[in-house]
Amino acid sequence: MRIERPAVAGTLESSDAMVTVEPGEGLSLELASSVMNTYGRQIKETVLETLKRLGVEDCFISVVDKGALDCTIKARVECAVFRSCGLSEKDIPWGGEVR
Amino acid sequence: MIPRPRPEKFRLRRTMMFLSAQKPGLIKDAYIYGCDSIMLDLEDAVAENQKDAARFSLYHALTSVDYGDTEVIVRINGLDTPHWQEDVRVCVAGGADGIRIAKCESARDVRTVEAAVLAAEKEFVREEGRTLLMAALESPKGILNAYEICCASDRMFGVAISGGDLRKSLQTSPQRDGIDMLAARGQVILAARAAGIQCFDTVFTDLDDQEGFEAEVRQNKAMGFDGKSLINPRQIRFVHQVFAPTEKEVRQAEKIVRAYREQSAAGVGVFTVDGKMIDIAFIPGAERTLRLAKACGMYGGDLI
Repeated sequence: MRIERPAVAGTLESSDAMVTVEPGEGLSLELASSVMNTYGRQIKETVLETLKRLGVEDCFISVVDKGALDCTIKARVECAVFRSCGLSEKDIPWGGEVR
Repeated sequence: MIPRPRPEKFRLRRTMMFLSAQKPGLIKDAYIYGCDSIMLDLEDAVAENQKDAARFSLYHALTSVDYGDTEVIVRINGLDTPHWQEDVRVCVAGGADGIRIAKCESARDVRTVEAAVLAAEKEFVREEGRTLLMAALESPKGILNAYEICCASDRMFGVAISGGDLRKSLQTSPQRDGIDMLAARGQVILAARAAGIQCFDTVFTDLDDQEGFEAEVRQNKAMGFDGKSLINPRQIRFVHQVFAPTEKEVRQAEKIVRAYREQSAAGVGVFTVDGKMIDIAFIPGAERTLRLAKACGMYGGDLI
């Protein structure tokens, strides 16, 4: 998928994460987390894996994590990417690229 | 993906707790509260511009959180919104046990959702007929059509009254004695019992009024409801307590079922237990009491 315009998903509530994607060249990830020391690497892996699964190659992505589970990180990244393409409302490939 | 057992149409549903599907903090550990069912909400608890985000959260919660024995139902958006079809797809793809149809008003509404569910079961290669349905009746028209709604599909396991909108349409407000909802509750219980499915009462929203809550739960039980929708985990324990059978009821039910099995094996149809006439008509009720007792930890026997 190609990031067409900036999009945000998620909140700054506890157990959530706020993910922002913007058009960019190559992948660039900015991560701030309340559990950076323990889980920083794992969150980063989850974000990059999710982008790869969605076929996103060029993107600036910022993640502000408030102790979200992996499944929440994935959900927020996916939603932000689908929103940036205007495709978040219907015919989502559940179980396909989204899994 | 966490495999979930095939949903059971008839199971214990004393408590059904609402949780916003948009709030990761709520849905990740909802099973620890011990309610019989959780109701992940895509409808009113989710803001109009967050419906898409809630579905992504829901999908991952359904496929990665182990809810154990807690039944997982999803409340989808109304049929008059642009959201409900995608809601159905995500529920089926994620393997939710059932779908709650909001603002249901007719058998046609149920069949519309059923057709979308079947299409989604085919699309995502799920067992056809696996996904159960229930309907929330929130308008006078829905209440009046309760029986046709209850009978509209083999997937229907229950109906719930939703009091907020209904009270407004009826031009009333919550009353201590429940008179505001008496006609609606009576109609829904009759319809559900005639159709052989379950019925659930509406939420009690004033968390500071414990006395009012307890009175309403007792009345629900006395009227014959199977359970109640809840908005806060601290309401669970009291409902379970009220809906639990008494020691005496459990002992009586055990005697009836045991005697019935012995007598019918010997070719006897009608007999007495403690001086009361018993025949096959008493058995489903007695078995239900034992199932309830087992779920409440009051019965460890092998009759059920």
